[in-house]
Amino acid sequence: MRDQVVPRVIARMLIPYMLVYGFYVASHGELGPGGGFQAGVILAAALILHSLVHGLEETQRGVPRRWVDRTMAFGVLLYIGVGIHGLLAGNAFLDYSSLALGATDPESIHGAEAMGMTLVETGVTLTVAAVMVTLFDKFATAARR
Amino acid sequence: MSFADHLPLLVLLVPLLGGVLSVFTGGGRVPWLWACSVTLLTFLGALELFSIVTTAGTRTYALGDWPAPWGIELVVDTLSAIVITLVSGIATVVTFFARRNVEKDIPADRLNFFYSLWLLAITGLLGITATGDAFNLYVLLEISSLTIYALVAMGKETDRRALPAAINYLVMGSIGASFLLIGVGYLYMATGTLNMADLHETLTLMREAEGGFNRTVLTSFAFITVGLGLKMALFPLHTWMPNAYTYAPAAVSALLAATATKVGIYMAFRFTFTVFGSDFGFLQPPNSTVLMACACGAVLFGSYVAIRQRSLARLLAYSSVAQIGYIVLGLSVLQTDAVTGSILHIVNHALMKGGLFLVVGVVAWRLGSSDLSALGGLGRRMPLTSAAFVVGGLGLIGVPGTAGFVSKWYLLSGLLSSGHWPLAVTVLIGSVLAGIYVWRVVEIIYFRPPDPRHAEVSEGPVTMLLPVWILIGLSLWFGVHSAGPVALAGEAARTLLGQGG
Repeated sequence: MRDQVVPRVIARMLIPYMLVYGFYVASHGELGPGGGFQAGVILAAALILHSLVHGLEETQRGVPRRWVDRTMAFGVLLYIGVGIHGLLAGNAFLDYSSLALGATDPESIHGAEAMGMTLVETGVTLTVAAVMVTLFDKFATAARR
Repeated sequence: MSFADHLPLLVLLVPLLGGVLSVFTGGGRVPWLWACSVTLLTFLGALELFSIVTTAGTRTYALGDWPAPWGIELVVDTLSAIVITLVSGIATVVTFFARRNVEKDIPADRLNFFYSLWLLAITGLLGITATGDAFNLYVLLEISSLTIYALVAMGKETDRRALPAAINYLVMGSIGASFLLIGVGYLYMATGTLNMADLHETLTLMREAEGGFNRTVLTSFAFITVGLGLKMALFPLHTWMPNAYTYAPAAVSALLAATATKVGIYMAFRFTFTVFGSDFGFLQPPNSTVLMACACGAVLFGSYVAIRQRSLARLLAYSSVAQIGYIVLGLSVLQTDAVTGSILHIVNHALMKGGLFLVVGVVAWRLGSSDLSALGGLGRRMPLTSAAFVVGGLGLIGVPGTAGFVSKWYLLSGLLSSGHWPLAVTVLIGSVLAGIYVWRVVEIIYFRPPDPRHAEVSEGPVTMLLPVWILIGLSLWFGVHSAGPVALAGEAARTLLGQGG
């Protein structure tokens, strides 16, 4: 579709908004409707739209496969890391209150819990986005063979 | 909280973290070394947890410090501790064994992903065993199942038939998991809780208040039973298993045969006893009759079809169908000795079948195939491997002195003392059939003339024989020194049947 103007222009207009919207949904996960899964899919949709219009190779020049693979693992690591932070602080696994870093007033604890959820949701976002991109990549390359 | 308090969590966290980090390990032998150390560390943790649980009783762990009926709780009682130790121990041995087979079956640039999936599958299996939450169990079941589908599909490099086998497994496994999820959903509708212990209490209160169960609970029991039947490959829902075991990479078959189906059976124990409770009358006729019929069918059909197989891996897969039948038979009669026999057979069969599938791994690595026609005269060329097969095979038959005898003994005495003599006869017929299929292989490897195609074949390397003989040797050890395992399994059975302990 590289030589067609309309899809190219529309993609150029849409992709930045899709990315911003993805981050918006991710950051609202713990309070409003949204969350890691939806955000990850929206972010991946932006990349998939790019490769539909410009071709897979063009997208992979910007976002190499190796990085997608690592993002997949990094997202999970972020999630586990939040849990282990609780463990190392002497609390239970995934006890977010340890993220208050010693502060005990209710305000800080509440903030730490929001922080914990946001970090976990960010991990989910990254992993889901990377998995969706990989799935598309696999199907696209398999279809070409 | 001290280190020991965190142990129920750590046995899951170590392989989970290890599995994710495995992606970053690069190539060569590093991913394998990494997987070996992770599984070994998990096994050491599991041993420590086992000794704590057997001396100090059930351990619980509240994830995120949310108290039990609301938050997710890990609960490790005697049965869980046995299965956790078994799964992590066998995983360690099989991982140590796996290197050569995996290098042969998997492209070099995928090794880090292979071991990542491998460790995540182990995480899922251990998680199912440790969790005390019905929905969490479903999530962990999906973690282990999805990774195992991918591991089975990775056999495509040696045999393209791994792909349809994996798809078949995926479809059947997903139906099973969905049934389990529907069942858990109905239970949640009826009781408003997902914690297993809390579910049991709520159901007990409900039964007392209403004098019975409403249709929602009955439907949920039906869905869960069928779903778990699919997951553990209970006849006639076993059709995905032989192909998956045959075409998966040899190391994956060993892991799958020794641990995955055992964890499926563990789930059946958990739901039948801990959630629904043996006193609720779910396992009375006609329900128990259906289960017994399935189990007897599994024993007879599995053993009979195993006799007619041409490939060693397929033969062992059908033999697994039969062995699952024995275990379910013990579960279905609700009698302490029979349930003890079932629990023993989970452990003993995991050791024997794990060892036997490792034998298949050695043979496939040396000969490039596990077809029975290629095994002629193997007894002279690979004496130690062949001897391991014979010992494991004797265990499958249940010859005295092997672990298979001990578990079948308890199963039989339980069946006889509860008056189910037709079932006892089935067990004996199954053992005779097992004798036939084991003898068929023994006849080929010791008495057939050597196959000229494999004239140069020699014994496998020590690093492959050692794991084989660890598992086979342990199955002999538990056959002779059976007092310890029997006492433990008996205690687990009494706890499950609600007779104190």
